[in-house]
Parts: sequence; structure tokens; C-alpha cells
Amino acid sequence: MFLQQLANGLTIGMIYALIALGYTLVYGILKFVNFAHGDIYMIGSFIGLFLIERLHMPLIPAFVTAAVATAIIGMIIERVAYRPLRTADRIVPLISALGVSIFLSSLAQKLWGTGTHPFPASFGSVTYNVGGLIFSQIQLLILVLSFALMIGLHLFVTRTRIGTALRATSLSITNAQLMGIDTNRIISLAFAIGSALAAVAGIMVGIYYNAVYPTMGYMAGINAFTAAVLGGIGSIPGAMLGGLLFGVIENFTGAYISTPFQSVITFSVLIVVLLIKPTGILGKKEILKV
Amino acid sequence: MKTLNKPAFRRLRPAAFALLLTALPFALEQASSYFTHIAISILIFAILALSLNVIIGYAGIFALGHAAFFGIGAYTAALLMMKGELSFWLALPAAAVAAGLFGVLLGLAGIRLRGDYLAIVTLGFGEIVRLVFVNGGKVTNGPMGIPGIPAPDLFGYALTRKTEFYFLALLLLLFTVFVIYRVVHSGIGLSLMTIREDETLADSIGISPVRFKVFAFALGAFFAGAAGAFWASYISYISPDTFRYLDSVNILAMVIVGGIASIPGSVLGAAVMVLAPELLRFVNDYRMLLLGLAIVLMMMFRPEGIWSEKRRRVHVYRQSER
Repeated sequence: MFLQQLANGLTIGMIYALIALGYTLVYGILKFVNFAHGDIYMIGSFIGLFLIERLHMPLIPAFVTAAVATAIIGMIIERVAYRPLRTADRIVPLISALGVSIFLSSLAQKLWGTGTHPFPASFGSVTYNVGGLIFSQIQLLILVLSFALMIGLHLFVTRTRIGTALRATSLSITNAQLMGIDTNRIISLAFAIGSALAAVAGIMVGIYYNAVYPTMGYMAGINAFTAAVLGGIGSIPGAMLGGLLFGVIENFTGAYISTPFQSVITFSVLIVVLLIKPTGILGKKEILKV
Repeated sequence: MKTLNKPAFRRLRPAAFALLLTALPFALEQASSYFTHIAISILIFAILALSLNVIIGYAGIFALGHAAFFGIGAYTAALLMMKGELSFWLALPAAAVAAGLFGVLLGLAGIRLRGDYLAIVTLGFGEIVRLVFVNGGKVTNGPMGIPGIPAPDLFGYALTRKTEFYFLALLLLLFTVFVIYRVVHSGIGLSLMTIREDETLADSIGISPVRFKVFAFALGAFFAGAAGAFWASYISYISPDTFRYLDSVNILAMVIVGGIASIPGSVLGAAVMVLAPELLRFVNDYRMLLLGLAIVLMMMFRPEGIWSEKRRRVHVYRQSER
């Protein structure tokens, strides 16, 4: 029972981690919380649904196409709604992001209605018994695919030239620029990667819960953002750890304490963690200067 | 001619304004009681925007859970009036104080936190409060909410007409404006703004960020709680649905659209954000879409808001230059 709950918690934690990465990638560079990220995740899910249901695409190409499409949308949003505001006061892009969030969710309601869409059954109800734990196919897919994506992202960020440029930009935009890095492209890239990961997470959630709806990005976005802060926002391993931790805590609360108070417990954990370590678990301490 | 008339006009302006505010509900009453309702909504949201403005505009804390204080005020007042059979006139200050105490609590919880970390804690606080309303069992009556909250009673005469509520809301707003104006134009206001501009600097010159941030939360929460108490009695029905994250964002948008750290700005922002969805009714299906777009465009072309803080700044600088 305990291990089964842990496995279920890790499954949903993987999803949170994928979304949290989008928050953290952008935050690490721009110190900006992309409030529209939850809605990008929702749009990604709808695009996936559209590809599978209407165009009868097989699962793998649908994942890839939806990720690319959502990445492009993320880049467009950055270009149009955030980039012109980069030199403005910090609160200005935040409000702009809230505007984008309202825009995207009402656009989705306009295009697909306010109701819940079921996902066409692309997965059987086959379950696997792994050492006494029961996994559904989709659960395994979430665990394996998310893990692979995170490893891939980690290798990309640490082992490639562009990844190095990304890390350099997140240390200091000005200095990165002086080193000849096209920081605007790196920022676009951060939005693209974050949005693509969110789209993959969105499709997997859609299949997992068999439901896609225009307001799905709200709670998922808040939870993933909380997870990113819990792990230490701006830190890529922090987002992964925070996401998993958040999913596990949420699931255990639901299983052993009470479902309605799930969020109360998760947010209380967040507040306690921040009181002990104000920059999150893996966050770096900021040096404050006047 | 123009120069001659200007001072006279200036002197007459407050009087004209007062006359307009007094005459307005009677005119609206003639048209439709729905218009009066919108006017009351503007007044109450103006109080909410002003109270959030103390936290965001003056203390510089990006707070995302302001609807929680509104809710705490509303639920406290409703429960005191219904279960405690307290009069509205006692329930309102009690609700404001209760919300204020939660403000202190939230301020203290965020002692060690800055910026976005504090923002997420306020967001978490808002969610927790809403969930307590939803899952409060018999006390809060869960997602169904509390119906049948009594109207304010004035010496045996129960306020029922919308116009009467309008004047009560107006008085509440004037009191809020008065207190907040006095506070932000005092030494406390300057201390708060110092913290907003640079917290480390403020700390190093002897302004305790903790003390003033807790104060800002308390003051902001107090007035939001009072607004909540009024709302509960006016609508006579409250449910957790009125106090969601999106409502906090809506209040936040009012502060920003109006102009951060500006008292007339907050009032104006509330008016714009309450009226905009009403005026956009003719494009019914697209109104939220347009609202989102409008917010983005506003941030691009007029990020400082409609009625920005600038004048005040010039004034402060001039004094220090002497």
C-alpha cells in the first residue's frame, strides 16, 4: 500500500516536475514568473487531443508535433508579450503574463467549449505487476518518458554548447552578451523547452485522467509553481526534486489524511520549508547588496 | 478668462464631486437597480484595491492572496451576525480586526522571505483559506456557502434598498481613503516606500522591514475584511466561489491598471475593472479574451497605470532637496 501510494505520487510528481521545469528555466534567466505557463500546458494538451482525435495521429508523432507546436506558441508569447517589457519594472511583465493567462484560457473556451473532453482510448486497460506494485500502461509511460526527458534536459544543459550558453545567460545576461551569446535566442529557447515539456505533460495528464478542459492549467500551474519554489526556483534539479516531492506529499495526504485538505497540507509544507530555508531546498542563497 | 476661472473651479471641484456622488444613486435608481449594484461593486472593489495597494504599492510585496482577507471578513461577519446574533455595526469592525490578525500572521510567516517566495506564500495562504471555507463542515456550510445573512439594522430599521447600501459603501470607502491617505503620507508611508525601493538599504538605516511589512499586511487585511463584512451583509449570501485566486488576481489587476501606489489610481482601477466586463457585454463571447489582450497592451503602452504615482514623487524629492 505504502509503496503503491509512493509510485502513484511519483507519477503525478513527474508531471509537476515537467511543468515546474518550464517555470524554473524562465525564472533562472529572467527572474520572471510566467503566470501563463499553466495555460500553455493546457493548450499543449488540447493540441495533443486534436492531433490524436481529429487527425488520428499515432501517439509518438502526436507527442512530437504537439511539443513543437506548443514550443512555437511559447516563443511567440515571449516575443510579443514579454520581450518588449524586459526593461520595465519587475511587476509589469508579471501582469502581462496574467493577461496572457486570461487570454489563453478564454481562447481555449472559445475554441473547444467549457466542457471536459475525454481522451480517445489510445491505451488499453492493461496493467503490469512490477514486484507487487500495479502500474497501468499510461503510468509507466509517464514515469519512463518524464525520466528520459529530464535526463535529456540535464545532458543538454550540462554537455552541449547551447546548454552552456543557457547556463551562462542565467548567471548574468549582460556578461553572457559580452561573451558573444545571443541572449534573446537563449531566452526564446528557454521558453520553447519549457512549453514543449509542458505540452508533453499536458497530453500525458489528459490520457491519465482521461480529461482535458480549459481550466486544467490553473491548479496544475499553481502546484507546479509551488513545486518549483519548494525545490528552489531557478534551479533545474530543484524543479525536478520539488515536483516529485510535491506529487508524493500530495498523494500521501490524499491517501492517508484527507483528500479535501490535500492542498492545505502541500501549501503548509511549502510555507514550513521556506521558513527554514527561504530559497527552497536546492536554491542558492542570494547575496544582497545595496 | 481661463486663468481667472481656474481657482474658482478648483475650489468648486470637491463640492461638485460630492454632489455627483450623492446624486448618482438616485439617478441610477431611476434607471435600473442593476446599475446601483454596479456602483456599489465599484465602491467595494475600490476598498479592496486600496487595501491591496498598501501591501503592493507601498510595501512593495507582490501579494496574490488578497481575496482571502475579503473572505475572512465576510465569513467572520456572517457567522457573528447569524450564530452570535451580533449587530452588523459590531460584526463589521470585528470582522475587520479578525482579517487584520490574519494579516499579521501572514506577515510574520513571511519574515524571512522576499520577492517571489513571499508571493507564493501569499498565494498558498489564499488557497488554504479558500479550502477551509470549502471544507469547514457545518461552520462554513462547505461549497454551498451561507445564505440568509441579515442586512444592517439601523435603530430598528433594516437597510434593504440598494441606494442605502450605496451610501454605506461610500462612507466605508471614504473612511478607507482617509485612513490610508493619512498613513501613506506619514513617516510610516515613507518608511514603507524605502523598504519597497530597497529592503536591505532600509534595514541598514534602521527601518525594520519586518515591522513595517507586518503593519502593511495588517492594515491591508483590516480594510479588506471590512469590505468583506459589508459584502456579506449586502449580498446576503456568501460562498467560497467569491474568494478564489482569480478574484485576488482581479483585485491585483485593479491596482496595476489604476496605477501602483496611487490612491485615486486604485479607485479608478476598480471602476475600470468592474465596468470593463459590463461594457464588453456586446461582444459577449469574446469579452474575457479582449480583457486579457487589453491587460497585455496596457502593460506595453502604459505600464505605470492610468493615474500614476509621479506627482507624489516629485513632491517628495523637492522637499528633500531643500
